[in-house]
Amino acid sequence: MTSPKDIRRPENIVAAKPRLLNDNTMHYCPGCSHGVVHKLVAEVIEEMGAEHIAIGVAPVGCAVMAYNYLDIDWIEAAHGRAPAIATAVKRLNPSKLVFTYQGDGDLAAIGTAETIHAANRGENIAIIFINNGIYGMTGGQMAPTTLEGMVTATTPYGRRVELNGYPLNISDLATRLDGTCYVTRQSVHTAASVRKAKKAIRKAFENSMNGLGTSIVEIMSTCVSGWKMTPEKANEWMEKNMFEKYPLGDLKDVSK
Amino acid sequence: MKGNEAIAHAAVRYGVDGYFGYPITPQSEILETLEELMPWETTGMVVLQAESEVAAINMVYGGASTGKACMTSSSSPGISLKQEGISYIAAGELPALIVNCMRGGPGLGTIQPSQSDYFQATKGGGHGDYHMIVLAPASVQEMADFVGLGFDLAFKYRNPVMMLADGIVGQMMEKVVLPPFRPRLTDEEIAQRSPWAVTGRPEGRGPNVLTTLELDPRLMEKHNIHLQEKYDLIKAEEVRYEEFMTEDCEYLVVAFGCVARICMKAVEEARAQGLKVGLLRPITLWPFPSAEICRLGKQVKGMLVAELNAGQMIEDVLLSLDERIPVHHFGRFGGIVMDPDEIFVALKEKFTL
Repeated sequence: MTSPKDIRRPENIVAAKPRLLNDNTMHYCPGCSHGVVHKLVAEVIEEMGAEHIAIGVAPVGCAVMAYNYLDIDWIEAAHGRAPAIATAVKRLNPSKLVFTYQGDGDLAAIGTAETIHAANRGENIAIIFINNGIYGMTGGQMAPTTLEGMVTATTPYGRRVELNGYPLNISDLATRLDGTCYVTRQSVHTAASVRKAKKAIRKAFENSMNGLGTSIVEIMSTCVSGWKMTPEKANEWMEKNMFEKYPLGDLKDVSK
Repeated sequence: MKGNEAIAHAAVRYGVDGYFGYPITPQSEILETLEELMPWETTGMVVLQAESEVAAINMVYGGASTGKACMTSSSSPGISLKQEGISYIAAGELPALIVNCMRGGPGLGTIQPSQSDYFQATKGGGHGDYHMIVLAPASVQEMADFVGLGFDLAFKYRNPVMMLADGIVGQMMEKVVLPPFRPRLTDEEIAQRSPWAVTGRPEGRGPNVLTTLELDPRLMEKHNIHLQEKYDLIKAEEVRYEEFMTEDCEYLVVAFGCVARICMKAVEEARAQGLKVGLLRPITLWPFPSAEICRLGKQVKGMLVAELNAGQMIEDVLLSLDERIPVHHFGRFGGIVMDPDEIFVALKEKFTL
């Protein structure tokens, strides 16, 4: 009988974890999109041969400890300030690949000014924007991106426009800024969408190295704990509800 | 030139890598002069007008994380906005220079000079147990000199340094000898000076991560103990002060920054009238020259602490003393600056001389 040891030989491996993704146990909930996006970022950096020039800026939120999982240099930012930090890092080190990794609370609420102004200056950075419509880390409170009627810890009866205003579509806003070269909205809930998201991340990273301006890759994500759903249900719910307000696809691409 | 202009010239000459600012009176000449000097075409220094003081201090945090010499400047209300970033810079043990050209407060206050941010600068300002090294310039020359001294101390201890100036030293014009030009460090020199810097992981070293988060309280306490040990070392090594006519003085005036200049005049006036008065000017406000105040406390009959605030540094003077001698405060605030006569009158009245 063939033992598993004989099967797990290099020539038999068809899919492997990227080298830059280390063996630390992730703190993310099962079914969370962060793990997939981390893997894509690691793959893209590896494929670009950029691991020695990559500098990531981590947010405050669930991805605050992204630096524990990807073996590149990192700076952990104050809440919302990642684009300001990335601005200085890139300007002082123009040969480096500089990107931020932020959630919707970090990027679209407390960090709105930093995001808009970095993008408007056309800083040569890439922004990976995880949008799950909720504050995951602090326990599922309303985010600026929370849908109308959506139940969260701070909108227990659903988000009401007259009380909480409208869901903020910040990527749409970013398309109107002359400094952005690429704004796209992707997801990672199917095999096909994962492949597309990876291409988008690669393009954003290449844009930043080519000095084209700011790229924003918004990735529609699920928060199984915050939404209180199984991973499968969360994917269904996202497709049915989130994609209507936040449709997938390229919103702006100056290379086209 | 003006004190603010001297800071800008000194920064370019020192080889500062990045300045990130936001306009606010009375310090806007620092950013304006730097934009006029266009150092990005000579030394390669980055100068950027940020969208807010919050963004500017976080740019300093980012730039300093990569081992570069970065600075920002502002005035009181803007410095309040920077406190979040200063706390992170102190926690991350990053070298940086922050200039506060103080104006009268609280709130939007006034654009006139003041020293009312003494507590904020020396006791913390932001959250958490941390200290900045605080330098108080009293002349345009010191505005220029403390740029280099500030960065030297910042890199020596991996700690933020604040130059606590005020609207007077920032705006007044004096002769100044600018420091010589020195080249900015190369990336190789930076990697050597700051092996912790986030530069993109080269072959053969593990990832460098600059974070201020530690969820394990045992490790967080350990980090705090390490910070306190560093602060103790700074207290032992870096106290700076100036004494004026203290050898035989019976009364001591304690004042910092521009007020010390005014007090020198008052001391001369007192001496001319036969009163044995001296002056101690703390140059570092943190660490505070406690041992020297304590020593002089055994010599004099009383002390007058003169400040452009309602009584802030006087608390550190009182904490420094072993003797129970009378210590009085004389202050003008809200943008009013005292003249030497007022100090002299205050001396005579408070000690019935």
